[in-house]
Amino acid sequence: MAIWFARSRSLVSSLRQNLGLSAILIKRDYSPRPIISKSFLGPVTSHRHESTAVEKHPDLVQPSDEEDVLELDFPGGKVGYTSEMKFIPESTSHRVPCYRVFDKNGRIIPNSDFIPVSEKLAVKMYEQMATLQVMDHIFYEAQRQGRISFYLTSVGEEAINIASAAALSPDDVILPQYREPGVLLWRGFTLEEFANQCFGNKADYGKGRQMPIHYGSNRHNYLTVSSPIATQLPQAAGVGYSLKMEKKNACAVTFIGDGGTSEGDFHAGLNFAAVMEAPVVFICRNNGWAISTHISEQFRSDGIVVKGQAYGIRSIRVDGNDALAVYSAVRSAREMAVTEQRPVLIEAMTYRVGHHSTSDDSTKYRAADEIQYWKMSRNPVNRFKKWVEDNGWWSEEDESKLRSNTRKQLLQAIQVAEKWEKQPLTELFNDVYDVKPKNLEEQEVGLKALVEKRPEDYPPGFHV
Amino acid sequence: MSAIIHGAGAATTLSTFKSIDSKKLVAPSRTNLPVRSKRFIVAGSDSSNGLSVRQSQKLIPNAVATKADTSATTGTGHELLLFEALQEGLEEEMDRDPHVCVMGEDVGHYGGSYKVTKGLADKFGDLRVLDTPICENAFTGMGIGAAMTGLRPVIEGMNMGFLLLAFNQISNNCGMLHYTSGGQFTIPVVIRGPGGVGRQLGAEHSQRLESYFQSIPGIQMVACSTPYNAKGLMKAAIRSENPVILFEHVLLYNLKEKIPDEEYICNLEEAEMVRPGEHITILTYSRMRYHVMQAAKTLVNKGYDPEVIDIRSLKPFDLYTIGNSVKKTHRVLIVEECMRTGGIGASLTAAINENFHDYLDAPVMCLSSQDVPTPYAGTLEEWTVVQPAQIVTAVEQLCQ
Repeated sequence: MAIWFARSRSLVSSLRQNLGLSAILIKRDYSPRPIISKSFLGPVTSHRHESTAVEKHPDLVQPSDEEDVLELDFPGGKVGYTSEMKFIPESTSHRVPCYRVFDKNGRIIPNSDFIPVSEKLAVKMYEQMATLQVMDHIFYEAQRQGRISFYLTSVGEEAINIASAAALSPDDVILPQYREPGVLLWRGFTLEEFANQCFGNKADYGKGRQMPIHYGSNRHNYLTVSSPIATQLPQAAGVGYSLKMEKKNACAVTFIGDGGTSEGDFHAGLNFAAVMEAPVVFICRNNGWAISTHISEQFRSDGIVVKGQAYGIRSIRVDGNDALAVYSAVRSAREMAVTEQRPVLIEAMTYRVGHHSTSDDSTKYRAADEIQYWKMSRNPVNRFKKWVEDNGWWSEEDESKLRSNTRKQLLQAIQVAEKWEKQPLTELFNDVYDVKPKNLEEQEVGLKALVEKRPEDYPPGFHV
Repeated sequence: MSAIIHGAGAATTLSTFKSIDSKKLVAPSRTNLPVRSKRFIVAGSDSSNGLSVRQSQKLIPNAVATKADTSATTGTGHELLLFEALQEGLEEEMDRDPHVCVMGEDVGHYGGSYKVTKGLADKFGDLRVLDTPICENAFTGMGIGAAMTGLRPVIEGMNMGFLLLAFNQISNNCGMLHYTSGGQFTIPVVIRGPGGVGRQLGAEHSQRLESYFQSIPGIQMVACSTPYNAKGLMKAAIRSENPVILFEHVLLYNLKEKIPDEEYICNLEEAEMVRPGEHITILTYSRMRYHVMQAAKTLVNKGYDPEVIDIRSLKPFDLYTIGNSVKKTHRVLIVEECMRTGGIGASLTAAINENFHDYLDAPVMCLSSQDVPTPYAGTLEEWTVVQPAQIVTAVEQLCQ
């Protein structure tokens, strides 16, 4: 499987996007890296390709005939030496540039590398981004009204959510952090299913056992959200390992925020994936804030992209508010991960417009006009909307219809989910193990007896 | 320490007591009392021990999971060390199910620090027997991720104490994700490794992790103590759909025993009747089993008849077997290696008191290590672990 990079003007409207496409890889080489060889990449196999050979810089190590060796031999290979004592500076003079395709007005920058997107796909992407916006808004309001206990918005990160999901195949296993409901939305999770999880009712797939926004669906290959930060990163290495063992045409895709990269599991997950050559795509949503901790207090490196090389992982920094850039980067990364069986790191730069969650008021630690600026002028949904409208694929009428329909559907979903009965008491004890052990059976019997004896002490509608 | 502990044999005749009169001192008496030489000869395992004495054991029929009689009577079987038994079990399961894989530090070509995975990398390849970088949280997390997508990993901690670094993954994910995902994702991992107090390994390498992990909901814990149950438990743990933590002991890896040639597994939730008796129930597991059996020899010489049960299943406790025993003997002594506070013994004491209070003639006694880090010096280390002499004294005290 390979990807066709195209010049912007000519091919935008004519190409159909199809994940099963096989074409010649032609890479435009703007960077000082060696050119990736043009080669037919056949059906996906798990062995490495020539492209990995180019990573070695051939000029550095030269075998020498002289008495004086030009390199030193240590475990780990030969390394050139120098008599000049020079420390590698803590940062490079220029930060790693950010890959983008759109300008701030939603127009494709001339001569950009990107994977063309068909009208159908573009419209779907836009619709889903708008749906995500509406969903976040309505559920947030529902929490404020006390109808659900907690919610976490993805405002400002819609492009990362939807564009990355659009770039993946349904077989790719997603290990989310918690700010990626858009990926699940793309895969077909309905608004009703979201609402059911938030209300923890009987229809919830999680059976009412987790907080709101901790979605999970094995049907959609979306692993259940787990609150502790970064625990999903080593698990992603494990999923990649599993896919590699079974030689599947799929990869693990996992998300993490800027704050989460400080966790030990970040180091562990990346290192393991690299050593095992596991097909994992690590997507870091660098949105500037970890609750109230700004990134300047989180790390001193140039963001997260530079950390990739430290683990031997190919990485890229991308404008996370640019849907086409995210789409292209994730799609390419996914192909690399699967065909070359290697991990890839993507740092998507963005901004967390909303509060960390409904338990947070971010105006307490950041300027209100900063939030307003990002919300209005750097809005990823508006940016993509401009492009889609400019192409004649979307109109104001479509817009208002979509938003009002989605809103209606959501309000309806919430109403229904709210009234839906909750799980019976027996679900408190199920699924702890595959089969309920004796001690849990006893505890269940004891609790049942207690509830039946004094029903007035328990909420109405609480059934055993 | 030999895994096969013979009772006094036919040589000595010993007395039995039909009932215990707490006032009377237990004293050996050779008059008028039937010789019980058949009943107290109990092997460390139920396998082909030439002295087939199980027939008289009618009281607790199903204490041992497998039919011990079959191989005992046929006399076939092969002798091996405990670590080889673990390896055999692991290899058989890997042959049987291609989803079973092993991951841990130095498990591949090095064969594992206690050689449990020796030869497996050559046979199954480097991917299925995976050498990982040093990060317990990472490879445990990796195992969990792999399990959720269909593999059955066996995660080896080089020493159980290092798994404290993996506590987050074990508690927050391994035990929890089946529940919080509404049953959508299962995590059939086996987490195993050597633990317990060794010979002067220092405090950090002498941890008893079972006491830290016992509260985590969603996991099962088992402790093996003989080559027979090591292999059986390993196989059962791999086949289980739940995450299982298999505790091995550093000092038991070289125990030798004859185990059946036929395939067998041990029940994960069952306790093992080591030595049936009448006077007192001694509950123990892992290495302490051997200290108890050593004390039992002395006790039997002194005329006591202890019933020794290797609880094997640390979470959940096999209260059925334990309960039957308590109802018979009315006295309980727990001998463990955990520390006094918050160990397996503490939980077991609470469970027995709660469930079998009416059947007890004396308070439950628990012998454990003190609440101190394990010292290095040999003499100090010996004092921190329960010794047979203490067990004998405790039994005498309880049986007064």
